[in-house]
Formats: sequence, C-alpha cells, structure tokens
Amino acid sequence: MSWLEKIVPNVVRSDAKRGGGSKVPEGLWKKCVKCSAVLYRPELERNLDVCPKCEHHMRIGARARLNMFLDEANREELATDVEPIDRLKFKDVKKYKERLSTAQKNTGEKDALVAMKGELKGMPVVAVAFEFAFHGGSMGYVVGERFTRAAQVALKENIPLVCFSATGGARMQEALISLMQMAKTSAVIERLKQQGTPYISVMTDPVYGGVSASLALLGDINAAEPGARAGFAGPNIIEQTIRQKLPKGFQRSEFLLEHGAIDMIIHRRDMRDKVAGLLAKFTHKFVN
Amino acid sequence: MNLNYLDFEQPIAVLEGKIEELQMVGNANDLNITEEINKLRDKSNKLTESIYSNLTPWQIVQVARHPQRPYSADYIKRMFTDWDELHGDRHFGDDHAIIGGVARIDGKPVMVIGEEKGRGVQEKVHRNFGMPKPEGYRKALRLMEMAERFKLPILTLIDTPGAYPGIDSEERGISEAIAQNLAVMSRLRTPIICTVIGEGSSGGALAIGVGDQLNMLQYSTYFVISPEGCANIIWKTVEKAPLAAEAMGVTSSKLAELGIVDETIPEPMGGAHRDIEGMAERLRGRLSEQLDRLSSEPIDQLLERRYQRLMSYGNP
Repeated sequence: MSWLEKIVPNVVRSDAKRGGGSKVPEGLWKKCVKCSAVLYRPELERNLDVCPKCEHHMRIGARARLNMFLDEANREELATDVEPIDRLKFKDVKKYKERLSTAQKNTGEKDALVAMKGELKGMPVVAVAFEFAFHGGSMGYVVGERFTRAAQVALKENIPLVCFSATGGARMQEALISLMQMAKTSAVIERLKQQGTPYISVMTDPVYGGVSASLALLGDINAAEPGARAGFAGPNIIEQTIRQKLPKGFQRSEFLLEHGAIDMIIHRRDMRDKVAGLLAKFTHKFVN
Repeated sequence: MNLNYLDFEQPIAVLEGKIEELQMVGNANDLNITEEINKLRDKSNKLTESIYSNLTPWQIVQVARHPQRPYSADYIKRMFTDWDELHGDRHFGDDHAIIGGVARIDGKPVMVIGEEKGRGVQEKVHRNFGMPKPEGYRKALRLMEMAERFKLPILTLIDTPGAYPGIDSEERGISEAIAQNLAVMSRLRTPIICTVIGEGSSGGALAIGVGDQLNMLQYSTYFVISPEGCANIIWKTVEKAPLAAEAMGVTSSKLAELGIVDETIPEPMGGAHRDIEGMAERLRGRLSEQLDRLSSEPIDQLLERRYQRLMSYGNP
C-alpha cells in the first residue's frame, strides 16, 4: 500500500462507483482540463480527483467531497426536508421549476448544498459542501437554509463547522430571497464566533458573488484549494468595467493568500489532516 | 426630447413645456392667461397620475436611477441638524461613495451612513458613481461599531449600482468587507433602520442593509443582480432588461409581498425628484417615528427579533 493510499479514507480508495454528485462523464478515461493528460479514472479517483501529472484540483460533487472528508462512521445528513420553492414563479426562456427539476435529475440532489453531521478523525464536526453541478452551486433559499440549520446544530452542540464552497454566487431566479440568505448565513456564523465555536471555510474552485461576500469569507480560518478562483466580481465583469486585461493568476488562491484574504492553501490530499489539526488545537484536543 | 424626463414621461414634458411657454408669453404681454395655465397644469397632473399609477417594474428602475433623484447628501442636508461628517476606515483611506457621520433627527442623536452617487460629472467621479470599495464598507463598520458604544441608533440610506468591481477592490477584499458588515450588523446592540432611497443593487446594498426595519421609497428598487446583468446572463443581451426586471420582482410592492420590506414610503406624484423638500420631510417623519418605536423596545428583545427575522428569510 502506497503512502498516499494510507491517508485516503477507505470509502474513496475503493474503485466502486462513488455516490452521486461527481459529474465525470461515463467512461474509463478522463482528460485533465489543465494539462490535457489522459487519465485512467480509477487511478484519478484514488488520487481524489487531483491530476497526478499537474496537480490540478478537479471539481468534485458535494457527496464525493463529504465522503473523502468525513470519517466513515456516524454520519447523519442534516436538513434533508428543506426543498426548493419557486416563490416568484420565475420564468425567463424556461420556467425556474423546469430548471430545478432538470438539475435534480442530473445531480440526484434536491438543491446545491449537502449538510452532514459526522466525525473527523473521531472529533465530532458538522460539514457542508456545495454541489457546483446543481445550478452552478448557486445560493437560494435551500442552500441558505441548509447551511443555517447545519450551523445551528454546530451552535447548539458546540461542535466545529466546516464548509466547502463551490459556487457562482446568489441564485437570481430567487431574486431578493437569495440576497437575504447572505444576511441569514452571516448572522448564524456570527453567533458561532461569539460562542467560540470554530468555523473553517474552504473555498474550492470557483467561489464568487453573494457566497464569497458572506459565508465563504467569514471563517475563523479561511482556506482554499490550490488554483481555486474566488472573488466578488467575476473576471469578465471586472474587465468590462475597467477596460483592461487582468493580471495573470488574478483571484486564484495564491493571489488570495498573497493579499491576506485567506490563511492557507490546502492540498486536497492534506485536507483531513490539516483541518483536523487546526480544529484539535482550537478545541484543546489531540488528533487520534 | 426633454432630458429631465424619462422616455415614458415625454408626454408630461410636452405639457410642461407648453405651460412654461404660456407663462413667458403672459409675462411679456401682461396678458391674463392664468385660467389657460391652470387648465394645462391640471391636465399635466392627471397625465402624471395616470402614467405613475401604471409603472412597469422596468420603468420604476428608471425612476430609481433618475439623474435628478435626491441622493443621500440631499436627504442628510434636509432631514438632520448638527451634522458632523466622519471620515476614513483607519486602514487604507476614505471612500467617498459612502458618507457617514453623527447628526440629530428631531433632536435625537443618531449615526447616519449613506451611499452617495454624486451629482454632476466631477462629483460622480469623486464618488465613484456610488460604488463603494472595501474601505467604504469598513468605514461604515467602524462608525456603526462606534454607534453601538455610544448607544446611537443607526440610520442607513441605500443607493448604489453595486460594490465596485475592480482590481483594487478585489485586492483589498471587497467580499470580506461586505461579509463582515452582514455579520456584525446582525448583532449590534443599537436599533438599525435601513432605507432604500434609490437603487439597491445586490451585496453592495445589503452591506449597509441589515437591521430591524427595512424601508423602501415607493419608486426605489432592490435586486440581487441588476436587470441588465440578469438579462445578459439569461438572454445574452441587455435589451431584455425590462423582462428581467419583471421576472425578478425588483419593486417595493413585490418585496413587501415577499415579507422582505416592512414599509413602503410614498413618493410625491411623479417621483421624489419632483418635490425633494416634501419627500425629505416625509422620510424624516417616518424615520423619527420608527426610531422612537424601536428605541423604546428592550434591546435584548430587539436583537432577538432581528435575529429571528434574519433566520426566517425565504421560509415558506
């Protein structure tokens, strides 16, 4: 068994088909979007969907994310009863309702956030992950509400909260209800802070708009995966506004670290160790 | 085309032009044409009333962005006494897109924070067209935390096309600045009243928009993305902005229906810019009354209500 396999939890190590959410096309081979290397899928999955040639961190689904992060035992999904509502009866070229059911069919998820209570190396944690394949991971009522309920569990039981974000921002089909989810999630995070319950925010590619300007940058620790893009306004909007080309690496995690927005960049294979180590110190424990 | 009037207001502009002409003719020739003028004025008022009672959401967006619409500075001048402007975020600079300071309203000391678009080209540039950068939101936060220390209620005036999307904004952490305000405003131990006076665009508006009471002026607008931005994403053209405005429900009446806005403050016939004094007087009255009501509530109860309200957003 290689050193890498040892640190990867069993559930990911197995070649069995992973839980829903991973939007990798069927087939045994996958091309790396960054270096174009053709990769053998079982091998890629063993490597946590990080390209073994160039270390590019590929996008992964919410369930795959939580699977590789949490211990296998004692997991419990939270706020599963929260479902999308089309309060505005939003319709553009398509009905929002239709868009929702297409996204649900494609991802197997009800909406763009999965929340779980579980353990990280034996320490109780609440962990949430965005499903980017669902409507660009956009935050509407369900994402805001599930995040908030998960945070309330963390608050009530005084156990740390960890969030993996991957999102284009607020969901415009829910208009101002989406915007208000920013205020809602920020308010519950502030309660965690006042109580001294740790909140770690890990940004994964990409994190923009309303999510970046609320829950993603309010962590006691803000972290990002290598090469992840995160910012308030998308690069196109900025280029249109200032009419100049953006510098190379703009809004990548290395840029965020350099400008003091995040504490650290965490490689996917180190995620469990690093987050567990931080939380153990914050809660005066030792990692198993 | 009269540029002081929006395109759907042009019939009113024609009538007002005629009235002006008649007045000039009358003055020059000593003729008594009062009756004629009164008739036309009556007609113009009726026309304004009929146009304004049927505004589409997109037309309301245009009124909210009217170049003559009163801005924060216009209200501050008229609604408060004893105004002291305070400057700077103590870290980087002073952002002119956000005005902050202490003042009195009906004798009561308050902290005032307002987004300011600026009038005239030079001032608009100085104010960055009302698009705050991180230092603007951090100045606002500094002043709001000061307000808590001195038990001053906070009044915010929202009017922005959005937080500034630029390289420097991102470098200095615009997302974090907005997020921090949302978090802290949810727990500040002093009443907070937020009023959208013009354009409430997305996170840049919400960043001074969390509180105990949310007011909207009748023809102001509040959205998660500008109708142009929404149209550009969905229809790939800004031409469809009217449809986007319709679909997103960007008006005070729609947002009151959704339970997000507490009070719609009526505007003078034809919009706030037709009678700035009257509008400022009415707003002052409403704010003063709301202030008395919120200040009389025990602070813990007020904070719990603020929190529960935040938690309820979007609930069926």
